[in-house]
Amino acid sequence: MENEAGALSRVAGLFSARGYNIESLTVAPTEDPTLSRMTLVTVGSDSVVEQITKQLNKLIDVVKVIDLSDGDHIECELMLVKVSALGKNRKEIKATTDIFCGRIVDTTDTSYIIELTGTCSKLDAFLDAMGHSTILETVRTGASGIGRGGRTLEVK
Amino acid sequence: MSAEDLTGAEITIRCLQEEGVDHIFGYPGGAVLFIYDELSKQDKVKHILVRHEQAAIHAADGYARSSKKPGVALVTSGPGVTNAITGIATAYMDSIPMVIISGQVPTHAIGLDAFQEVDTVGITRPCVKHNFLVKDITELAATIKKAFYICSTGRPGPVLVDIPKDISAEKFKFSYPTSVSMRSYNPINEEHPEQLKEAIRLIMGSKRPMVYAGGGVILGNATSQLTRFVQMLDFPCTNTLMGLGGYPATDKQFVGMLGMHGTYEANMAMQNCDVLIAVGARFDDRVIGNPKHFSNKDRKIIHIDIDPSSISKRVRVDVPIIGSVSNVLDGLIKILMANKEKPKQEELKSWWAQIDQWRARDCLKYDRKSTIIKPQMVIEKLYKVTKGDAFITSDVGQHQMWAAQFYKFDKPKRWINSGGLGTMGFGLPSAMGVQIANPKNAVACVTGEASIQMCIQELSTCKQYNLPLKIINLNNRYMGMVRQWQEFFHGNRYAESYVDALPDFVKLAESYGHVGMKIENPNDIEDALKEAFKLKDKLVFMDFITDQTENVFPMIPGGKGLSEMILV
Repeated sequence: MENEAGALSRVAGLFSARGYNIESLTVAPTEDPTLSRMTLVTVGSDSVVEQITKQLNKLIDVVKVIDLSDGDHIECELMLVKVSALGKNRKEIKATTDIFCGRIVDTTDTSYIIELTGTCSKLDAFLDAMGHSTILETVRTGASGIGRGGRTLEVK
Repeated sequence: MSAEDLTGAEITIRCLQEEGVDHIFGYPGGAVLFIYDELSKQDKVKHILVRHEQAAIHAADGYARSSKKPGVALVTSGPGVTNAITGIATAYMDSIPMVIISGQVPTHAIGLDAFQEVDTVGITRPCVKHNFLVKDITELAATIKKAFYICSTGRPGPVLVDIPKDISAEKFKFSYPTSVSMRSYNPINEEHPEQLKEAIRLIMGSKRPMVYAGGGVILGNATSQLTRFVQMLDFPCTNTLMGLGGYPATDKQFVGMLGMHGTYEANMAMQNCDVLIAVGARFDDRVIGNPKHFSNKDRKIIHIDIDPSSISKRVRVDVPIIGSVSNVLDGLIKILMANKEKPKQEELKSWWAQIDQWRARDCLKYDRKSTIIKPQMVIEKLYKVTKGDAFITSDVGQHQMWAAQFYKFDKPKRWINSGGLGTMGFGLPSAMGVQIANPKNAVACVTGEASIQMCIQELSTCKQYNLPLKIINLNNRYMGMVRQWQEFFHGNRYAESYVDALPDFVKLAESYGHVGMKIENPNDIEDALKEAFKLKDKLVFMDFITDQTENVFPMIPGGKGLSEMILV
């Protein structure tokens, strides 16, 4: 979409006005500073997703809409988790983090901050593995997605 | 600063001149004073001063609906904009091309809760096709150009341009772009040869065909194509409330309006057809009622519309054709002309026999011998006296439905009403816009004593600009449609629908300098109308005292299906 003031609120407003769900939403400028790219995760029946696509296309600031889940794509989300890390737990947390290919990016006597990227389900699995009692704080970016191979979102 | 540098206010007016705008409707205020100052220094763009900003938008709306040009309105910041919202939402729901210019507090004051500040772009976002806040004088002319382009292309709609006061004072070299190119906005206008062929295949195989045409035919100037298409095929045709005049109402193939208060024959044919050709219509809740009930019957649907999001929104369609209605119909007509084949004539004949049986039900009958004025009779006489050639605006309620049922519109853009939003107060100000766009034509506003009071202050505007409207007030002392629903669905408990303490409308009209008439006897209706329409340079307020108990029939109760009508 056009990297213009208000473009994001047009999208967000459309979802609330028409009763659609936003699971997550990420947006930032692209290599072309006049364009922003948004990845929006939503759930709905085929007809609802079809309407969402059409309604988004109608927004004047939206340049192009594709449904990434129509084909092969990669999606990735970044998460930072602050966990309580005490005694023998510290080792166990480190091991679990390694299994999930995460990194510990900050440490104190009592806590770690773990950085983890991957699909939403991988991040969910990591949180499950850590357990509720260990987790002090979580922040997630929401998924960013891109089509595989020749599947490119181009603007003419 | 070179001699060609103009202020933002001058640029704004020059842009309007370049767009060929002859009238704008507005109300001044602090944030637009520079613009008003420039307006007063020229005479190409004439300003119509309304008495309330809502009326400015409705008037611009009426202007647009009855002409081929977008309407233009000018309002100030804060309350100027919030008063305009009802009008903007009305235009948005009915896809009316319009440009609204609003003043804003100076850029340095935005966000500081300044006097008469409101987040105009934010507050209007859900009810405009697009809006702009101009934060840089260098972008002003291009933005206004874009606004006119966006409002009138693709599916039309209102576009708002918010201009901060300092921008209207700042200077910049003026040049008006000759064209617009936007990578993010390319209104669809393609042809779909395969879809057209598929549509023709369904049409040829149909046994009980039906053409259902909406406001898209009027907005897309496709009346002649629709008429030709329907008549080539000898198919029945219905119009939605927004589509009236899109197909000549006096033609034998017209089965009347459909929907909640549509005719028995139109609704039955819609429900029982096997191939439905929807043209510039959107299957809304007041048209097909309950979509589940509608889907109970098996039929193939061809849907022609310029807006892809209208396709398969409420009803799944089989052959979507996205494009301008006139282009698509032209394409279909071309194929039909080249094609020797005709739809199944035997089946079509028996389909018409079935429709004629439904017609014989005479669903619009009413007591013509009543000694109290029946509102339906007023509309019939209005039709007769104006020879069916007046521009008719309406407010919202029973009178609106009677006007739609009993005034037979043979031409497009003659029937002006708030179909989507259902805005009471629309009738009088929109009639002002219609009269200004069509100074030589008769313009009547069919209204009720409740609706008219929502924008009655505009009688003053009508006097100032000598707008000789004929106001047909169907006065039953009730918010009639509310009363009807209360009678049918709320145990005759008329909660707050009786309008007490009404003004003497004759005296009220006279106090504004107009002519007032009160008509209480059915035998006087025609003569009074004749007399009123003879007063070509006067606004005549005709207060018809009508039967309080009259209801609009047929009626599909909310949530029911097309064939579940309550009949008289």
